[in-house]
Amino acid sequence: MDESAQMTVSNEVAIRIISMNKWYGAFHVLRDIDMTVYRGERIVICGPSGSGKSTLIRCINALEEHQKGKIVVDGTVLSSDLKNIDKIRSEVGMCFQHFNLFPHLTILENCTLAPIQVRRVPKKEAEETAMHFLEKVKIPEQADKYPGQLSGGQQQRVAIARSLCMRPRIMLFDEPTSALDPEMIKEVLDTMIQLAEEGMTMLCVTHEMGFARQVANRVIFMDDGQIVEQNEPEEFFGKPRSDRTKLFLSQILGH
Amino acid sequence: MAQVAYVRHKMLPEQTPPPNSVGTIGWLRTNLFSGWFNTLLTIVAVLLIFRLLANVLPWALVPTWGGTSLGNCREILQEMGREGHFAGACWGVIRERWLQLFFGFYPSEIYWRPILAFFGLFVALSPILFPEHAFRLIGFSAIYPFIVVYLIWGGSIWGPVMALLGFVIGYMVLKFLTEPLGRLAATIAAFLLPVLWWLFLASPIAGTFANVLPLALQPVESAKVGGFMLAFIIGVTGIAASLPIGIVLALGRRSDLIILKGICVGFIEFIRGVPLITLLFVASTLLNIFMPPGTKFDLVLRVTIMVTLFSSAYMAEVIRGGLAALSKGQYEAADSLGLDYWQSQRLIIMPQALKISIPGIVGNFIGLFKDTTLVSVIALWDPILLSTNIRADTNWNGILWELYGFIAVVFFITCFSMSRYSMYLERKLATDHR
Repeated sequence: MDESAQMTVSNEVAIRIISMNKWYGAFHVLRDIDMTVYRGERIVICGPSGSGKSTLIRCINALEEHQKGKIVVDGTVLSSDLKNIDKIRSEVGMCFQHFNLFPHLTILENCTLAPIQVRRVPKKEAEETAMHFLEKVKIPEQADKYPGQLSGGQQQRVAIARSLCMRPRIMLFDEPTSALDPEMIKEVLDTMIQLAEEGMTMLCVTHEMGFARQVANRVIFMDDGQIVEQNEPEEFFGKPRSDRTKLFLSQILGH
Repeated sequence: MAQVAYVRHKMLPEQTPPPNSVGTIGWLRTNLFSGWFNTLLTIVAVLLIFRLLANVLPWALVPTWGGTSLGNCREILQEMGREGHFAGACWGVIRERWLQLFFGFYPSEIYWRPILAFFGLFVALSPILFPEHAFRLIGFSAIYPFIVVYLIWGGSIWGPVMALLGFVIGYMVLKFLTEPLGRLAATIAAFLLPVLWWLFLASPIAGTFANVLPLALQPVESAKVGGFMLAFIIGVTGIAASLPIGIVLALGRRSDLIILKGICVGFIEFIRGVPLITLLFVASTLLNIFMPPGTKFDLVLRVTIMVTLFSSAYMAEVIRGGLAALSKGQYEAADSLGLDYWQSQRLIIMPQALKISIPGIVGNFIGLFKDTTLVSVIALWDPILLSTNIRADTNWNGILWELYGFIAVVFFITCFSMSRYSMYLERKLATDHR
């Protein structure tokens, strides 16, 4: 894709993870993860279920706590200090598999809540920002509806807009299209592609290999809590080196 | 093999439904006469209702409103040619004693005070019940409890004012000292300073002011407060206080802080494991033993506190059910947007959890309101005990149905209103379109 060639990656480090380990009880979910994400990178993380890929990106905004190693996001070290965590969370946007919109608030209120409460933006300004991003995800006319009245694809686009309203510098996507009906996957992916073209740093756990080929500059394959292989999409899909990667790719691309 | 290929060339237009499935006829068919068995049940039910009304209405609709005693009622009924045990009701007792059923032994020349307090209740409730129409009145709701204490118990106005001032002190501390002292220290100060104020300063200062400018109403002792007024005082206070306490207990029970959690679980399980009557006896007798000698701690206040604590334990469990029904994703979404614990509780979690719990919460409210009749066991004059007292009058000895019926109707109206309001609230808050 010629567009992806235009998307530039800078030398500035956005996220650095240094020999990070995490356990659920006695279960070792993440083992010695080392990873550096540069600003402007679009990284797709894939792997079989239970491989720790969701846990990895959830560690980045401290939804999960890691026990060993170090995570630095935008120069801030992730510690158990609440102030650091809140700072990082307001810099890092996240989209979930099940959207997790707030069902008791309208679409507009969903988008303005965090800017007003966390960033102390005046209500009017927050609403203008929200409408700007709702237009960007192409559903400004739904602003006064409630999440329950929207289709899955629309809800996920609202969730993206809601994250963007906080003006994050990094976006995390945790299987954003896995809970969607097939005909709605495209509208969400289009939104994400648009975001990538504007230079957003993105980490995306997904099984959409078409998206990975088109948008990602790097694909990471995880298994058993470890990074098994990473490469540019062309190489990764064309010439996978590890047997585990080959097996995984043959399973998901086999039919 | 059957033909597989099929293509529809003409799409069908929309048609009206058959006439006997809509409108009144449709409703009757589906709800009353669908099938021979349901038709039979409908006929039997109609007959039963008819028999019931045929017996109750002639008993109830009798002109005994002016009766001055049970004997007098019987004479009136005899003149109508009615005899026997079920000849008719004797409504004279309600005419003569309804004020007592509402006010207990409250001095009749100052009935205006509880009546004013009662109407004030609606003004104070309106911003809470209908926030989109009357939220401007929330300030009145905040001072209303103190107005009620002043109106009903009388005495110097400075007592309630000084009590209110304690809350103002707490609020001011929280507002102005959070920045310089930090949140934890400010919270502790906001808790301790008012307590010190109430314990050591409030009553001497109130006394001084009372000497200068009394502004006192005729004092009324608690033993004279009774009837539905007492039920309302205990019930409304219990309802208003048990919800916030219940929320705090529910959050405490789900907390990661192990000691806090232990205290909350212990409190909830202890209160739920003990009958309310036991707690009322503790309030009326045991509590005085633990107080320093000479402490005057009003019985109605003690009982109200006990009823509130009792109800808040149940409330906590109902709200915990609502919290458990929320998906983990809601917490994570709130976290990932950078909201702190109290922000996400206040803006995201509680609005949804409380909405889910509305039927349970209102059920608790109704139960609490009806449980106020239990205070008769510690000799507070609730309506039931008053009815026993009225029967002790030789004029009215032997009257049961009329008094109990009247009390039941007043309770029913109150509880049914709460139930209807909760249904209105559920409909209004139904935004999830499931």
